[in-house]
Amino acid sequence: MTDGENTMDEQGTTAEGPVIAMRGVRADLGPRPVLRGIDLTVRRGEVVALLGANGSGKSTAVRTVIGQVPVTAGVIELFGTPRRAFRDWARVGYVPQRTTAAGGVTATVTETVASGRLSRTRFGLFRRADHAAVRRALELVGMADRAKDSVQALSGGQHQRVLIARALAAEPELLIMDEPMAGVDLASQQVLARTLEEQVSAGTTVLLVLHELGPLEPLIDRAVVLRDGCVLHDGPPPKAVGQHSPKLSTSSSSRGCPQPGHDHVHPHDDAAGAGPIRTGLGLLN
Amino acid sequence: MELLDYAFMQRALLAAVLVGVTAPAVGIHLVQRRQALMGDGIGHVAMTGVGLGFLLGTSPVWMATLLSVVGAVLMELIRWYGRTRGDIALAMLFYGGMAGGVMFINLAPGGSNANLTSYLFGSLSTVAPSDVTAICLLAAFVVLVTLGLHRQLFAVGQDEEFARVTGLPVRALNLLTAVTAAVTVTVAMRVVGLLLVSALMVVPVAAAQQLGRSFATTLAIAVAIGVGVTLGGTVTSYYQDVPPGATIVLLTIAAFVVLTALAAPLARRRARALAAAPPAGDPAECAIPATRAADGAAGV
Repeated sequence: MTDGENTMDEQGTTAEGPVIAMRGVRADLGPRPVLRGIDLTVRRGEVVALLGANGSGKSTAVRTVIGQVPVTAGVIELFGTPRRAFRDWARVGYVPQRTTAAGGVTATVTETVASGRLSRTRFGLFRRADHAAVRRALELVGMADRAKDSVQALSGGQHQRVLIARALAAEPELLIMDEPMAGVDLASQQVLARTLEEQVSAGTTVLLVLHELGPLEPLIDRAVVLRDGCVLHDGPPPKAVGQHSPKLSTSSSSRGCPQPGHDHVHPHDDAAGAGPIRTGLGLLN
Repeated sequence: MELLDYAFMQRALLAAVLVGVTAPAVGIHLVQRRQALMGDGIGHVAMTGVGLGFLLGTSPVWMATLLSVVGAVLMELIRWYGRTRGDIALAMLFYGGMAGGVMFINLAPGGSNANLTSYLFGSLSTVAPSDVTAICLLAAFVVLVTLGLHRQLFAVGQDEEFARVTGLPVRALNLLTAVTAAVTVTVAMRVVGLLLVSALMVVPVAAAQQLGRSFATTLAIAVAIGVGVTLGGTVTSYYQDVPPGATIVLLTIAAFVVLTALAAPLARRRARALAAAPPAGDPAECAIPATRAADGAAGV
């Protein structure tokens, strides 16, 4: 399957192993199977968007990668190490889905971002370089002037920028983001897109869950579309948006996933691009 | 100051300062995790320890420390594994602890509920020299943990999932927080009393939050309030012959009320300053719920 994708000819892929490798991953939430056999490979330097409707399993897929949702079957590897044995978490920057829930005590922007640096410190002792890294992360997201403000006083977009700065404070090689654009104002969206662009050009690998491609579209190398816990599409991000075509109901049996590479359609295969995949994304916009 | 001439008052004041420092230092982490009432639960369990101490003729302080640590660890385990029945299990732990304390102390030779009262509500004259050693050691442990691990404890309290993904040993840190809270309960037991300990963990933090914008300043203000009210309450208790625990707690609540009244105009001024300079990109906020609603309507 990965061989097939290599024909897309991304720049930057080398002989190195993938940063994230998921094979046949299944996961349940309660009695309900949420992932029914996911294959997903993210190579070094790639920007992969995980798309799909609500309940398609895209957030769960990401949360299995970081070990927050138990896997019932399949294999997950991070930087070539099985996820269970993976300890080098400083290489991973995680941006959770922003919630309004916060701790019961006020904290400043700097204090929040500093939490993200802990993985690079020994026993939580901050050296000068660590303070500098926190400051740099705040500058990257344009929040340096709010460093001493309480996070409770921020808007949704500013809060999201703080959460991204927190992930960047460890200077990670892999960024995992869960809906970074949800509920974010336009100005912050542009700042986030610019920040991400800088990270990507510096060689950071990115896996992000998105509801729509939006302003991040030019950055994305590959889109993986999930539906009902199965991979429906794995290929270049669909370009056209806003079309109407409802025919989405053919694939995906109730239990396992269909064999990848057989029943889904690569949009780049047909020039006109009237495939069901693209229209599925049209709905998302 | 003639009250410093009495050895028992010296011990009581020393214990008061240690309580004033440690209770808010631990309490801020409990408040951050929204477990403000954990100290109260631990206090109930510690009663069994006090009763056992009397019954077995060992130091009630050390016995209470042991039992409250066990209780705190149990509470943390119930939080992990207990789902819907978690609160029932906690209730049994609390009331079992209290009932055990009353039962054991009545079984102890010459023991009665009168012995228990000084532990429940605090007392100045009963801080024995051996208690002072125990209180100093336990307080040193609490200060070491809360200062030494403040960044880790903060990270776990603010966002547990993120803390796990940074590789922090979240379970161990949660257990350590519970144990530290348990130790604090026994530090505060002699002066404030088991039933009022929790107030000193929570109320100074709540009061400090009216002023502090950062976690660090909130902690500093909370400790200052804690030391202020425990010293003030102890001294008042000496001169007016009123129970120290109740005096300290009422003083703490008074501090909360005063600071809240002072903070309200401050907050208004801050809000006005923010309103004068609206954050950029505000108009776009309205557009986003609209597109989301469209998504929902499309049935995806």
